[in-house]
Amino acid sequence: MRLKIWGCRGSLPTPGIETVRYGGNTSCVEVTFDDGAVLVLDAGTGIRELGAELLQRGVRRLNLLLTHLHLDHLEGLRFFGPLWDDGVSVDIWGPSSPVTSLRDRISRSFSPPLFPLDLREVPAGLTFHDVPGAPWRLGSATVSAALVVHPGSTVGYRIETSEASFAYLPDHEPALAGGVAGKTLDWISGGAIAEGADLLLHDSQYSEDEYPRFVGWGHSSVADAVAYADAVGARRLLLFHHEPRHDDDSLDRLEARARELAARDGDGPTLAREGMVLELP
Amino acid sequence: MAAVRPKHLVLILAREFAENLATPTLITDERGVLVFYNEAADAIFGRSFAEAGETPLDDWAAQYSPRSLEDDQALPLERRPTGIALHERKPAHERFRITGIDGVVREVEVTAFPLFTHQDELVGTVTIFWRV
Repeated sequence: MRLKIWGCRGSLPTPGIETVRYGGNTSCVEVTFDDGAVLVLDAGTGIRELGAELLQRGVRRLNLLLTHLHLDHLEGLRFFGPLWDDGVSVDIWGPSSPVTSLRDRISRSFSPPLFPLDLREVPAGLTFHDVPGAPWRLGSATVSAALVVHPGSTVGYRIETSEASFAYLPDHEPALAGGVAGKTLDWISGGAIAEGADLLLHDSQYSEDEYPRFVGWGHSSVADAVAYADAVGARRLLLFHHEPRHDDDSLDRLEARARELAARDGDGPTLAREGMVLELP
Repeated sequence: MAAVRPKHLVLILAREFAENLATPTLITDERGVLVFYNEAADAIFGRSFAEAGETPLDDWAAQYSPRSLEDDQALPLERRPTGIALHERKPAHERFRITGIDGVVREVEVTAFPLFTHQDELVGTVTIFWRV
């Protein structure tokens, strides 16, 4: 399993000279399997460049897994090249709603005044799926989804092959559900999908000083992310969803703080950077 | 050893809600297993949840001999609010009598309601004990 980070910024795209090292595109991660199959996690602005590369590579079929439909996880979809190619099929997965289909919720961003074209005009073959309650197969991978603490309906994902496991919780505030201290794994938000993952990609939008001002906004402090990774027994932690106000230097400091907090053997926590490639295992 | 079932997010949030309430509150999962009650409920039941642990609701409730106020006869689960919330999937309210682990007979007034997720799936119940 190979992962590439196409966008790791939270909330809002943040281009500029102060964010060139970590990048300014919002959430998008590509997962490529040994058989060449491609799975895309979230459709933030990072998905635009990924789309161009997928078309160049001749990828004609792929799965897109959306954690939720906040704009920073969806705004790149309209500019995702494969959607505008009638030879491409895309299966789009996302959390269910009690009242509106996934297609209808996504189509809101493909309509005036937000966008000149309607979702019906997209030439690619699109199939929409509510995420199932039980694990399901996508090619050589088993995928699991679970609702996690974040405003609105939001899921985290676990992607597992016979060789490696990867948990993706880019927007997550476990502290709002009482945190992890003293909790058994079954009482921890997302615990079942993150348990023992070879790699856990987790929200770490805020510093410890900042977090108290943003309780309930759906994101974690770097300390909460480190504590969460320890509680679920993740082997490696990749910190994600960087706060737009954080420039490269402040993100360097957050990474140093995360390593100080983790204080454990093996790979210390790392901040995700645009363009970063990870091979699992 | 059987694997521990992960709790649905709705139950996790319900527990956090209950932990911060001064009103005695009890939570079951969708099978009717008591998965949590808060500190305020300790006084009614005579012991803490840490001592009680996760237990099928009927086994647990039997220790408290729930009885009708009218005739002091045993009140079966299907006539108690939590049983109605679980099996009929609707809210219910009732007054009845229990005997705590401490031997004290108490009259309780109880409201229970089912918890549904986005897919209309029952994931558990919340039961609130009002002071009488």
